[in-house]
Amino acid sequence: MASLKDVKMKISGVGKTKQITKAMHMVSSAKLRGAQQRIERFRPYADKFQELLANLSAGAGAGEHPLLAVRPEPKTCCIILVTSDRGLCGGFNSSLAQKALKLAGQKRDEGRKVYFVCIGRKGRDSIRISGFDFNPDFVRGLTSFTFQAACQIGGSVIDGFLEEKLDEVYLVYAKFVSTVRHEPTTLGLLPMKTPESAGGATGGGEKPGQAGLDYLYEPDVETLLAEILPKYLNAQIYRGLLDTSASEHAARMAAMDNATRNCDEIIKNLTLLYNKNRQASITRELIDIVSGADALK
Amino acid sequence: MEKNLQLDIVTPDNLILSRQVEYVGARAVGGDFGVLPGHVPFLSALAVGPLHYTADGRRKAAFVGGGFVEVSGDKVIILAERAELAENIDHARALEAKNRAEKRLLHPEAGMDADRAQMALIRAISRLRVCNIIS
Repeated sequence: MASLKDVKMKISGVGKTKQITKAMHMVSSAKLRGAQQRIERFRPYADKFQELLANLSAGAGAGEHPLLAVRPEPKTCCIILVTSDRGLCGGFNSSLAQKALKLAGQKRDEGRKVYFVCIGRKGRDSIRISGFDFNPDFVRGLTSFTFQAACQIGGSVIDGFLEEKLDEVYLVYAKFVSTVRHEPTTLGLLPMKTPESAGGATGGGEKPGQAGLDYLYEPDVETLLAEILPKYLNAQIYRGLLDTSASEHAARMAAMDNATRNCDEIIKNLTLLYNKNRQASITRELIDIVSGADALK
Repeated sequence: MEKNLQLDIVTPDNLILSRQVEYVGARAVGGDFGVLPGHVPFLSALAVGPLHYTADGRRKAAFVGGGFVEVSGDKVIILAERAELAENIDHARALEAKNRAEKRLLHPEAGMDADRAQMALIRAISRLRVCNIIS
């Protein structure tokens, strides 16, 4: 049985852990708020972009651009995996990595070469263990990132695609649904789909009306489309980064909340054990004294 | 000229500007253009360069680092990867960037990205131009 002193030390140790988890919970909630604001600020841009692209491809004979072309026999497949750089956020990173690895396995079974681009240290670690090829850049991606970082990643996969080194590009990220819900999501980036062909039913009714507006295009639709498509891809990647970062903080918040509650429970149990031990030792001492006095009689 | 234009400048990180203006002028890939109320619907890619607008009779400027412009009805939407209002431009930083880029281009080193330096120079010069219009 643990001695009284041991139990006491354990209680204070757990108490200190609890302080840390509580602090981390608060830090994460502050960071989550920041990340959510960033998503909010990005929304007008993303929405406008989508609208613009829809207008444009409605006016043009889409499908001409090389980024839209579906390769008949895809041989290589690139998966961009977005995870966090740090742990202590529950099953967040492992569920993302699992999703990506499942997709990779599926593609490999179809006879394609799979290549990973990992944003975030944790994802890189899981991919390294799994033995797939990966790009060592962008590892510390999610600690602080800007739109420019998304452009860099976008630029490199577009180059790969145009040089026919990559035939398909997927993005695996954590879609931020709400503070308590985030879903590992796979998004096909390349070959690109224009909003109509991807969105299908949503807003299908209003598009003919918008397309009816006769736009003056400068220089011309094809050139504009060529300009806008890579930027749309960058915007999608940025969106993925923003969502994942918000989800990461939400996941960490939940994990830390759980940990704090567990600490409370352990402290409760340990205190109970401590009190029991204390009483037992008092009783033992009393028995010693009483039996000693009895012997003297 | 009763009617006004609604000018929105949007970047990935922020809504830079949203206000009623009388005139917008900017640099498209094909050359400078101006928009007054009643312009036909218009869509174009923007080059790196200055943007001017007139609000309440006063001429103002901003820097736009590439993107798109959409004019429809009385709305002008600028989608830019980078944009700054003239009053928010860091004059000293732009000057420094200009000098650095010039130095890089004049004395090329191994492993230097000449295109990137060129772009940086163009951006820095347009920022400075936007500044000087105001002050």
